Amino acid sequence: MTLLDQPAGPSASVWPPNAHGPRRDPAPLLPDPEPFRLLDTPAADKLDPELLRDLYRRLVLGRRYNQQATTLTKQGRLAVYPASTGQEACQIAAALVLREDDWLFPSYRDTLAVVSRGVRPVEALTLLRGNAHHGWDPKAHRTAPLSTPLATQAPHAVGLAHAARLRGDDVVALTLVGDGGTSEGDFHEALNFAGVLNAPVVFLVQNNGYAISVPLSKQSAAPTLAHKAVGYGISGRLVDGNDAAAMHTVLTEAVEHARSGRGPVLVEAVTYRLEAHTNADDATRYRTPDEVDAWQARDPLTVLERHLRDHDLIDDAGVAAAAEAAEELAAEMRAEFHSEPELDPMSLFTHVYAEPTPQLREQADLLAAELAAEADAR
Amino acid sequence: MSTATAPAAASGATTTLTMAQALNTALRDAMREDPTVLVMGEDVGTLGGVFRITDGLAAEFGADRCLDTPLAEAGILGSAVGMAMYGLRPVVELQFDAFAYPAFEQLLSHVAKMRNRTAGRLPLPITIRIPYGGGIGGVEHHSDSSEAYYAHTPGLHVLTPATVADGYGMLRAAIASDDPVVFLEPKRLYWSKDEIAPGPVEPIGRAVVRRQGTSATLLTYGPSLPVCLEAAEAAKAEGWDLAVVDLRSLTPFDDETVTAAVRATGRAVVVHEATGFGGPGAEIAARVTERCFHHLAAPVLRVTGFDIPYPPPMLERHHLPGVDRILDAVARLQWEQ
Repeated sequence: MTLLDQPAGPSASVWPPNAHGPRRDPAPLLPDPEPFRLLDTPAADKLDPELLRDLYRRLVLGRRYNQQATTLTKQGRLAVYPASTGQEACQIAAALVLREDDWLFPSYRDTLAVVSRGVRPVEALTLLRGNAHHGWDPKAHRTAPLSTPLATQAPHAVGLAHAARLRGDDVVALTLVGDGGTSEGDFHEALNFAGVLNAPVVFLVQNNGYAISVPLSKQSAAPTLAHKAVGYGISGRLVDGNDAAAMHTVLTEAVEHARSGRGPVLVEAVTYRLEAHTNADDATRYRTPDEVDAWQARDPLTVLERHLRDHDLIDDAGVAAAAEAAEELAAEMRAEFHSEPELDPMSLFTHVYAEPTPQLREQADLLAAELAAEADAR
Repeated sequence: MSTATAPAAASGATTTLTMAQALNTALRDAMREDPTVLVMGEDVGTLGGVFRITDGLAAEFGADRCLDTPLAEAGILGSAVGMAMYGLRPVVELQFDAFAYPAFEQLLSHVAKMRNRTAGRLPLPITIRIPYGGGIGGVEHHSDSSEAYYAHTPGLHVLTPATVADGYGMLRAAIASDDPVVFLEPKRLYWSKDEIAPGPVEPIGRAVVRRQGTSATLLTYGPSLPVCLEAAEAAKAEGWDLAVVDLRSLTPFDDETVTAAVRATGRAVVVHEATGFGGPGAEIAARVTERCFHHLAAPVLRVTGFDIPYPPPMLERHHLPGVDRILDAVARLQWEQ
């Protein structure tokens, strides 16, 4: 018997006291071999029809939101928009499974999740409109600002969740990361801290197959991204990100797992970005029409609507009502973005510090004089 | 290494402390007064920190409030951001100057910007303690003076104490600040001793004239303050009466005190350990020149570390600004006119 053949686990004959041999059985942490699905499976029959109809209405709203935001970009009303078209089931489930006092830590593609937390579109899209870096009140909505540097919000979620537990609150933090973001050091440091602190955090990785143009095959050699959990002593779950019912179920379980003190969970949702990275991107340079068509057939909206119709859970009137609500949202967005935002150049100095430094006061005076001169010249 | 735990009844009463003990007392007093203050970092708990600045805190306040973290600086600072968002007041220890670099993205992209990007809705009251500078015989990556990176970043306060009393008072002020503070502790002054009375906290951002003088003004901070005071004593033999200003705070910068101190003598030398090119001395010399041009009898000179990676310990004395190099600079202040 070689050393490697020995059974796992600390052995008094080999290890001195306090030596750290294998500590945990990794098997319970491992994700399923295939993404968890509910729709189009026998298990779907047990799902709550009202939940499915609610998810459908939200998906229709979400799709219309993505379309309208993209249109606003073409009209010059938004500087840039990274659409989550095709990923709406992930976005909506992430927001829906959280309690009001839970926290969401989104990235830049996650404004639909932010809107689903109750933030007005015009506030959710402020960063992308370009009139300010951020729109909503993070504390009022328990939703952190959109994080643009990838995965840097993940340690924030861990720290907040840990702080909540220290203060005796059973609050959960959920952070959204992409497949590319799982390569960033902050992602790994966050998982490690979450594992060590047993922090009530859910990491939702939306694996849409591409980090801008770089496919997952060039991003990671891991069996799945969910497997990355195991090295940190965290449970990994793999789920079909285009199956709204599966997303809702898995994230509900993950949030409850975290809330009950059983530790953090990493959920990998396998999904697809049906649009380009942003309006400034040309996705035809790196993906084939056949690939996009195959994913169009797995569109989360199509999949859920087919399920509802096949099971007589929705009729034409229900579909029309959802579409009508979506048009109302689009009209609200058009109205909110129709007027030019109010800009206050002097606000550039207001919030750098609690109190401006003497140097900032001088620079504010300089800008004020320039503005006065501009006004005089008009 | 000796313990940094201060004598018991330190607060309020006059007592002789090392800077390490003064910093330890400041942390303890802040934690006693405010239950939201939490200390976190590598080895800060059971060990009390590699410099013993957090000595005894885990025993008094428990492992949750003096948190031994995994060895990952971005994770440490990133977690502190989330804690501050939930109402805690984290005091982060990054173990050595050059080990702080993995936390740069969190510091620059989040800590420094969060108040501004959220229009004041998410202030981050985080104190980031970093032992910095050379002169202790440290091997590579243990002696950097990285203050220019921090001072170049809007949204951060950058403080560095040079006296035992400031070790206490400025750290208390940093922890009380609602803005993030990079608190740079000159590690070669950790064992300096003084009699102090830990007491009320002054607002941050003011420089102090440590020595009055009439011939020229030395502008310095942190580990170079004792060197400048020594140079000023030695300068008496040359007939120079040097003023010495301890800047204490790089951000905000006290133009008022500095300008008055330079105008009073008409000559100035900036002294720091950090490399000169693009260093704090460049900014300070420019500011002094902009404000004191017609009061100056000579260009503002700089005595800094060379523009080299920090040297190995057996060569560091050639790199660090010393008394002779400072006096040579003073000699070049165009006295012949």
